[in-house]
Amino acid sequence: MTANKEALLNVEDLTMHFPIYKGLFRKQVGAVHAVDGVSFNVYRGETLGLVGESGCGKSTTGRAILQLYHPTRGAVNFEGRNLVEMKKEELRHMRRKMQMIFQDPYASLNPRMSVGEIIGEPLSVHKIASGKEIQERVAHLLELVRLNPSFASRYPHEFSGGQRQRIGIARAVALQPSFIVCDEPISALDVSIQSQVVNLLQELQDQFNLTYLFIAHDLSMVRHISDRVAVMYLGVVMELADSNALYDNPLHPYTQALLSAVPIPDPVLESKRKRMLLEGDVPSPVNPPSGCRFRTRCPIAQPICAEQRPEFRELKPGHFVACHFAERFM
Amino acid sequence: MPDYLLDVQKLETTFKTPEGTIHAVNGVSFGLKEGETLGVVGESGCGKSVTMLSILGLVPNPPGEIVAGSASFAGQDLLQMSSSEIRHVRGSQISMIFQDPMTSLNPVLTIGRQLEEPLMLHLNMTKKQAEDRAAELLTMVGIPNARERLKDYPHQYSGGMRQRVMIAMALSCSPQILIADEPTTALDVTIQAQIVDLVKRLRQELGMAIVWITHDLGVVAGLAQRMLVMYGGYVVEEAEVGELYANPQHPYTLGLLNSIPRLDQKEGKKLSSIEGLPPVLYEKPTACPFAPRCKWAIDRCWAENPPLEDIGNGHRVACWVDTKTGRARS
Repeated sequence: MTANKEALLNVEDLTMHFPIYKGLFRKQVGAVHAVDGVSFNVYRGETLGLVGESGCGKSTTGRAILQLYHPTRGAVNFEGRNLVEMKKEELRHMRRKMQMIFQDPYASLNPRMSVGEIIGEPLSVHKIASGKEIQERVAHLLELVRLNPSFASRYPHEFSGGQRQRIGIARAVALQPSFIVCDEPISALDVSIQSQVVNLLQELQDQFNLTYLFIAHDLSMVRHISDRVAVMYLGVVMELADSNALYDNPLHPYTQALLSAVPIPDPVLESKRKRMLLEGDVPSPVNPPSGCRFRTRCPIAQPICAEQRPEFRELKPGHFVACHFAERFM
Repeated sequence: MPDYLLDVQKLETTFKTPEGTIHAVNGVSFGLKEGETLGVVGESGCGKSVTMLSILGLVPNPPGEIVAGSASFAGQDLLQMSSSEIRHVRGSQISMIFQDPMTSLNPVLTIGRQLEEPLMLHLNMTKKQAEDRAAELLTMVGIPNARERLKDYPHQYSGGMRQRVMIAMALSCSPQILIADEPTTALDVTIQAQIVDLVKRLRQELGMAIVWITHDLGVVAGLAQRMLVMYGGYVVEEAEVGELYANPQHPYTLGLLNSIPRLDQKEGKKLSSIEGLPPVLYEKPTACPFAPRCKWAIDRCWAENPPLEDIGNGHRVACWVDTKTGRARS
């Protein structure tokens, strides 16, 4: 699927620091280093999975790409144009092409709006359709996400979590975008409902040649849906590779630990697996470790890891890793 | 009939709500052997938590009511005990840990105070003895500088450490049974792996029986010896762990196992999903509660609720259809 390697999105040194203010005069005393110098491409038609543990900056990355936050530093080139430098009006126009699906299907739909209004709103805001045409489009979109078109007059509270997520998906595809950030779209759903939503996302991708940035912490699901996967830790991308290459031969010690921690629903296999247990917790992003962010928990850390931030280098074709000692896992 | 440490028979629990009575648990029977780990899986609303809360007298009445059943433990029926009798069992002989370690700890009391209280209450320890034992317990669950950290408040602990504290608290009076209700659901995978590892170690050292409630078929695969699968307030399948994963019989178990992607599986294959939604039971089902979502359903499934029947090797299943052949069970 990455055969025609055309980069739809190019993220360059993206950095997002949230200032911390203190005292009477609201003096800035520090910053949360949520995302720190992240670079990657997203190719047209692919799904790039973005994984990591809570607080690693994966959601912030997604939001900063869509300019829901104004990045501290860096560039986000979408179809060759830098979104960070765009004027508001221009950016608003671009939003037609880039949409988002949110994690919480309860908080992301306005309870006072009917489903028809929720899905139809982007169409009228962007002056794509009006009046009766909106209704027709809404009915069509509801069918597309396998909901009854007559639901348009109902309100969000009448629906289950999975159905609400479908409404959120219908809203996101209403403008026929080319790029969608899916921010943990299935984390809040029951197991049997998750696969329904994932299958729907994949069908829509095939039908409309959509490009996804799929943010999640469920590594098994990310492997299932992604062509390529990026692993984040404390605001930095540690490893990025084709999905099979990353899961079969991870080159970063953090990726290795993360993968070994994921349980597999097979008791025979589970009894034979070796776990690589990490000590302690993720350090605070307010004061991240010097050099390599992972060095405080890394089983193979050396003095150089504290001094020098490892370069994010392409060790094998298409396989990027930020570790001084990744060669030993080749 | 094996000798059970805890023997639950035909438990039924209902909740009265303004919309009507919800039949949460509809005749659940199971046994727990000494030192055994039992995995209980099912989706939200299947009755897995309410079953355990009922046994420990933790269902608030009203709105909840235990309408039938028995739970014998050490020659006594837990369901018939007075609130002071059951309080004595709870904590000293059977303890429970919950999903959210933040809300189960009191934020205004130090960790030490919360650990020492049950020791002084149940084991009649002096303040000094309790403090020593509390420090010992914290060390046992892998918290460094235990004596110092007794003086800290819950917010000074991370999520994984709080769950360790909950485990320490649950084990403080050396219970014979530990009931863990989704203890790792709120945690990241690497922290989950730490907690599972800790529980395995403690199980070996202390020899208690464990009931591990979860919706994640992966976690229990490496932990449990026997499994219960619940749906709509019923146990629909019960088997040894190896047997259940290798030879699942009930359509719901099959659906669950096929709808989750596995970490060791390459991407691409479409997930099979269970269509429809889990039921909300305003009436006690007279037919199979899974029939509306079942692709094997035959006429009988809509008329009669199948009982849990032994099909050999201690494997029990509640289904009119043999899913291996697709024909009705004789």
